[in-house]
Amino acid sequence: MAEMTIKKRPKNLDLTTIRLPLPGKVSILHRVSGAGLFLCLPVILWLFGASLGSPESFATFKSVAGMLPVKVILAGLLWAFVHHFCAGIRFLLLDIHVGIEKEAARQSAAVVFAVSIPLTLILWGVLL
Amino acid sequence: MINRIVVGAHYGLKDWIAQRATAVVMAVYSVLIAAVLLVVRPATFEAWQGVFANGVIKFLTFLFFVSLFYHAWIGVRDIWMDYVKPVGVRLTLHVLTICALVGYTAWAAAILWRL
Ligand code: HEM
Repeated sequence: MAEMTIKKRPKNLDLTTIRLPLPGKVSILHRVSGAGLFLCLPVILWLFGASLGSPESFATFKSVAGMLPVKVILAGLLWAFVHHFCAGIRFLLLDIHVGIEKEAARQSAAVVFAVSIPLTLILWGVLL
Repeated sequence: MINRIVVGAHYGLKDWIAQRATAVVMAVYSVLIAAVLLVVRPATFEAWQGVFANGVIKFLTFLFFVSLFYHAWIGVRDIWMDYVKPVGVRLTLHVLTICALVGYTAWAAAILWRL
């Protein structure tokens, strides 16, 4: 049964030569950002807990969050959240069939980047 | 021998909807808490703690975390299912993911209810 439906078509699964269109980039980065946020949940929860615990733990939180390697991680997480948020809203709209035409979908993918990158930078400036 | 499928994308629509519903909850909370922080502008520890000690904010923050963990469970499970094919390894990863997320839920509750 399975063999009958499999056609011998040429396929290219080489990730280094596939030219991913913009909506594809939004999509894979949505997955990467979701996975990254998941893996860093202990870091996020620890920082959140320390910031709320006591004046002493708040001071620890501030000094830890001020360290350069931590700042780099936090910048990455900030981008991940903002991108995941923007791309997530786009997916939710696509799910209810808003903007599913090819041209509209391509434009909304561009909007995701046009919003998420400046928004990340602004939040970075405000928060860190 | 019965070839029962123990892992796979056969949970279907319920999880798909749950992932979207939790996404909406988180999106609404994110905008809300950003607005609150923008208005309150907590500059000191006391002010920052005060924001989350508020009963409503505390409840909504916990709701956000619970949504996040459920959302992440479905999302991460989908990722394991896409890339990890050996059933034993996949099941182990599923169990570890659940254990982590259940632990995080208790952790989040502990952080918030100390306030
Ligand atoms: C405002 C917050 C969020 C929104 C609106 C949102 C939205 C979404 C949506 C709509 C999906 C389904 C995408 C699809 O099936 O193609 C998704 C998947 C996912 N989300 Fe979120 N999400 C949010 C926060 C988070 C957070 C904080 C995490 C981190 C733990 C997370 C982790 C994931 C993962 C791992 C997936 C699966 C990705 C995949 O299958 O490619 N999400 N999110």
